[in-house]
Amino acid sequence: MTVDTKLPYDRSYIEQFSAERNEPEWMKELRLNALDQAESLELPKPDKTKIGNWNFTRFKHVATGEKIASLTDLPAEIQDFFDVENLPENIVIQRNHTVAFAQLNEELSNKGVIFTDIFTALKEHEDLVKRYYMKDAVAVEEHKLTALHAALMNGGVFVYVPKNVQIEEPLQAVFWQEDPEVALVNHVLVVAEENSELTYVENYISNNKEEATVANIVTEVIAQDNAKVSFGAVDNFAAGTTTYVNRRGVGYRHATIDWALGQMNDGNTVSENVTHLIGDGSVSNANAVTVGRGKQIQNFTAKIAQWGKNSDAQILQRGVMKESATSIFNAIGKIEHGASGANNEQTSRVLMLSEKARGDANPILLIDEDDVTAGHAASVGRVDPMQLYYLMSRGITQEEAERLVIHGFLDPVVAQLPIAAVKKQLKQVIERKVN
Amino acid sequence: MAGSTLEIKNLHVSIEGKEILKGVNLTVKGGEFHAIMGPNGTGKSTLASAIMGHPKYEITEGSILLNGEDVLEMEVDERARAGLFLAMQYPSEISGVTTSDFLRSAINARREEGNEIPLMQFIKDLDKDLDFLEIDQSMATRYLNEGFSGGEKKRNEILQLMQIKPDIAILDEIDSGLDIDALKVVSKGINKMRGEDFGCLIITHYQRLLNYITPDFVHVMMQGRVVKSGGPELAHRLEAEGYDWIKEELGIEDETVGQNA
Ligand SMILES: Nc1ncnc2c1ncn2[C@@H]1O[C@H](COP(=O)(O)OP(=O)(O)OP(=O)(O)O)[C@@H](O)[C@H]1O
Ligand SMILES: [Mg+2]
Repeated sequence: MTVDTKLPYDRSYIEQFSAERNEPEWMKELRLNALDQAESLELPKPDKTKIGNWNFTRFKHVATGEKIASLTDLPAEIQDFFDVENLPENIVIQRNHTVAFAQLNEELSNKGVIFTDIFTALKEHEDLVKRYYMKDAVAVEEHKLTALHAALMNGGVFVYVPKNVQIEEPLQAVFWQEDPEVALVNHVLVVAEENSELTYVENYISNNKEEATVANIVTEVIAQDNAKVSFGAVDNFAAGTTTYVNRRGVGYRHATIDWALGQMNDGNTVSENVTHLIGDGSVSNANAVTVGRGKQIQNFTAKIAQWGKNSDAQILQRGVMKESATSIFNAIGKIEHGASGANNEQTSRVLMLSEKARGDANPILLIDEDDVTAGHAASVGRVDPMQLYYLMSRGITQEEAERLVIHGFLDPVVAQLPIAAVKKQLKQVIERKVN
Repeated sequence: MAGSTLEIKNLHVSIEGKEILKGVNLTVKGGEFHAIMGPNGTGKSTLASAIMGHPKYEITEGSILLNGEDVLEMEVDERARAGLFLAMQYPSEISGVTTSDFLRSAINARREEGNEIPLMQFIKDLDKDLDFLEIDQSMATRYLNEGFSGGEKKRNEILQLMQIKPDIAILDEIDSGLDIDALKVVSKGINKMRGEDFGCLIITHYQRLLNYITPDFVHVMMQGRVVKSGGPELAHRLEAEGYDWIKEELGIEDETVGQNA
C-alpha cells in the first residue's frame, strides 16, 4: 500500500474556511503561506522511529458539536475530568470544533485574564494573538506537520494572564473529539506576562477505535520575566488517531514552566515537549508518563535548551510498555555557551511488562559551556521479582502486587498533575490501560 | 484454638544447585519465642526465606506444616494469609507506593471483598502503632522503604508486624543496624505481640536483643542444621564464649554450609 501524502485541502478551501470564521487578513495569509510550504517540507524525523508511512494527511477537517447548558449534561466519560461536587469555574469545552461550554470567573476577567477559544481570541484580542501565534516558540516552517498545522488549524484556546496577576484556581480545557473521523488541528497559546502565575490543564479525548484520523497539536507557552506556568495534560486519543503533539515553552528571566503530561493515547504518537530557558534563573520541570499497549508505536522527546545563566532543567520520563507496544524516549538537555551555572538533570525509566514490548531510553546531554552541572539516568527493566516477593509476603496477591508496583512506578509523575480530579482521572486511565 | 503451630521437618534447601540446608527440624507454637543464633553463612536467612517461599530457593526434601497444612504447596501470598510473616534482613524498596497504601492493601488482602477495613479505623490504628514505635507520622506517606535509613526500615518491618498481626512471625536480624534507643523500641513492639496466639522465631547474632526479648528456646545453626538447642542460658554462654566450644563439642571444623560434619 502506498501512502498518499498529497495535501488533502487546497488554497480555495482554506480561503473559504478562513472567511467563514471572519479571520483577520494576516491569519488567512499565514495559513496560505503555510499550505505552500507544507507541499515541499519534509516530515519531522523523530530519533529511532520511522513515521514515513503514518497517516498525517487523510482526515475529515471539520465537524460541529452540540452545545450544552451545564457541565452536568456531559456524558460520564467527560464528567470524569472534574469533581462534580465542586465544578470548575474556569473551563472551555470544545466538542468537535464547537465551543460547547465556556466560563471564566468574573473576577479574573475583570483583572484582564483571557481564557477563550482561539477563534474568539482572533476576533477580540487580535493584536495579542498576532504578537505570539507561531512566532517565538514554534515556527510554521519547521517541517511538514507544523506547516500543515498552521494551514489547517481548526480549534484551540488562548490563555492570557496580565502582568502581576496570579491565578490560584486552575484553568481547564477539554478537547472532545466526538466525531470519530474528524481531525483535531488544535492550537493552544498560553501567555503569562511579567510576574504572573497560572495553572492550566487540558484533556484530549476521542473514541475512534476503528476510524482513522489525525491529531496535529501545537502548544506554545510564553512565560515572561518572573512568570510561573504550571501546565498539565492528559492525552487520551483512541487507537484510530495518529497524533503529532508539539508542546513548547519559552521562559524569560526567572520564569518557571512546569509540565506534567499524561500521554495515554492508544494510537501512534509523536510527542515533542521542548522548553527554551532563555532568561537567567529560569526553571523548567518536564514530567511525562505513558502506558503503551496493543501494537502502538510512540516516540517521546523531552528537551530543555538553556541559554540563561543559573537556569535549572529537570526532565523525568516514565513509561510502562505492555503487549507489543514500542516506545522511544529521548531526553535531551542542551546547555548553550554562556549559560554558566546551569543545571540539567534527566531521568528516563521504562518498565516492560511483556516479552514482545519494546522500550528504548536515550538520554542526551549537549553542553557548550564549562561551568555547569548535569546528570542523566536511564533504565529499561522488568518488574523486580524481589519487590513482588516482598509485597506478596504480606499477603498481597501477585496481581495486586504488580498493580502496586506499576502504579508506584508512574506515581512520581502522576503526582505532579495540578488538578486533583484530573490526577484521579489519569489514574483511572492508567488502571484501564495496564490491566 | 490456642495459637498456631509451625513444624519444620528434615528440611533440605538448595539454591542454584547448591545444598544449603541439610535437614532442619524445628517446631514453633503459638505463645513461644524462639531465637536462632549461629555464625555468618550457616543458613539462618535461608531457613527464613524457605519458610516464606522466596522464589530462588528450592526445597529438595522435608516438609513445612502450618497447623498440619502443607506450606510448601502454597504461594507466597497464601502463606502470608495463612498466618506467616517474615521481617526481612534486607526489605525491598517499593518506589511510588506509600507505606500507608501498602499497609491498607496488606490488611485488606486478609479480608473478604466488601469487608475492607474502614478508612477511619485504619488511620486510627496506624497512628496508634506509629506512636507506639516512636515513628514520625510522615513515614505513612513516604514511599515504602525508599530512602529509609537502616533503622527506619527495621522499625517499619515491626510496624507491619503490629498492623498485620500474623500468627507466626520470623524476624531476620531485626536488630542489625539499630541504635540502642531503636533497639528498645523495636523490642517493645515485638513484646507487645506476645500472647497465646503469637509465635515468633527471632534470628539474631546478639544477646543484646535477647536482653529485651527473653526467648523460651535458643537454637544454634551450623552447616545448614540446628546443631544445638537450649534455653535462654545458651544465648548467654554464646555471648560470653563464642561458638568454638560448640564446634569442639560436635567436632565441627568449619561451620559454614559448604562443609559436612
Ligand atoms: N544466590 C546464592 N547463590 C549461592 N549461594 C548462596 C546464595 N544465597 C545464599 N547462598 C549461600 O548460602 C549460605 C547461607 O546463607 P544465609 O544467608 O542463609 O546465611 P545466614 O546464616 O543468614 O548468614 P548471616 O548471619 O551472614 O546473615 C551462604 O554460604 C551463602 O553464600
Ligand atoms: Mg542472614
